[in-house]
Amino acid sequence: MWKWTVGIIAVLCLSIAYAASSSAPSVGPKIVIDKTRSGDHCVEDTAFMRKNHMKLLLHQRDETMHKGIRTTKYSLKNCISCHASTKDNRVIGDDEHFCQGCHTYAAVTLDCWECHANKARPAPAAIATTLPAPAERVEGEKK
Amino acid sequence: MSQPQNNENQSAQAVDEHRRNFIGTSAALATLTIAPGVMVYGLAQSKPADEPVSNKVRWGMLIDSSKCADGCTDCVTACFTENGISLPSTPPKETDSQWIRKVELKDMRTSRTQSLPVMCQHCEEPPCVDVCPTGASFKRADGIVLVDRHICIGCRYCMMACPYKARSFVHETLTDQNPDVPRGKGCVESCTMCVQRVDQGLNPACADACTKAGHQAILFGDLNDPNSEIAKRIASKATVQLRADLALNPGIRYEGF
Ligand code: SF4
Ligand code: SF4
Repeated sequence: MWKWTVGIIAVLCLSIAYAASSSAPSVGPKIVIDKTRSGDHCVEDTAFMRKNHMKLLLHQRDETMHKGIRTTKYSLKNCISCHASTKDNRVIGDDEHFCQGCHTYAAVTLDCWECHANKARPAPAAIATTLPAPAERVEGEKK
Repeated sequence: MSQPQNNENQSAQAVDEHRRNFIGTSAALATLTIAPGVMVYGLAQSKPADEPVSNKVRWGMLIDSSKCADGCTDCVTACFTENGISLPSTPPKETDSQWIRKVELKDMRTSRTQSLPVMCQHCEEPPCVDVCPTGASFKRADGIVLVDRHICIGCRYCMMACPYKARSFVHETLTDQNPDVPRGKGCVESCTMCVQRVDQGLNPACADACTKAGHQAILFGDLNDPNSEIAKRIASKATVQLRADLALNPGIRYEGF
């Protein structure tokens, strides 16, 4: 009987050691954010954006479509201009891409790109002016 | 009676100030980027980005078929390029989107031919909006008729209702759309009067292309503004609306028939 007990304890110890060694990268989406392109801050606080970006987009969508309001702060084009991959200028493609990475992880269907261009145009150099002025920016999460 | 007038004056003043401020800033920006002549022209019609479109404006176009050149398709090409539509396949497929097409008319007695572009006529009483079961087909306050693809279910009722055959259905998956012109499979679409350009104070792509080609057959402007060139021409010359008998009051008018 004691042999069984020792065996079980040994297996438990090993599995705990394994879990500890591999825990860091095993959870969360694997998106790559290039801060040279996006700058340090999103248009709102990171935690707020994680939870509410869809509401901002939905609101902006109706304002633009029906009222012709074309402010850039919450526009989809503004999202792409910062969050597109520096490799291919896109926000979808594989799980390293900003939109797709998170949505695959969260298992939420992503319909925007059936119609909207998923590629940033113009190139990164021309987009700096679309970021809010420093005073307006809300402190985002530092990585 | 005098109270509302006062209010109106005040709000008019506020708008005026707003506009002056806006023109001030954008003029500074514009001088950095574009030529002075272009700048002045662009500013004449643009609204601030955060201001909703208003029904004080009614956008329209006047097409002079006597100036429209036989065989010229510059307006069609410009439209397709601006809106990211692939040019008609050769041989043309029945499913190709057509936002604008050149129509040739021939008088069988005299053999006189003339050509003219036909696109969505941006009706004041649009049948496509009447029949849409979801509210996707709608008319903006400034008279531009659009399809909200977020709401369109692709039933194509509006295509049946439109007397001008102005609408197309997107049958195939699309990629690399113009960022300003989202389009995709399963929705109905039609001429948007280049709403993405009009909101910036530019002319629709077809009108600019026609002017560039030296024909000047398409005049774009505000039908409600008595000082606009289009309103003046409509007030002084004989122009027609296509199928005027339907009483839809299209924003597109024709002359030179
Ligand atoms: S021309 Fe056709 S699509 Fe355009 S507003 Fe009129 S009915 Fe609607
Ligand atoms: S196809 Fe779309 S826009 Fe046309 S009637 Fe149906 S839902 Fe409305």
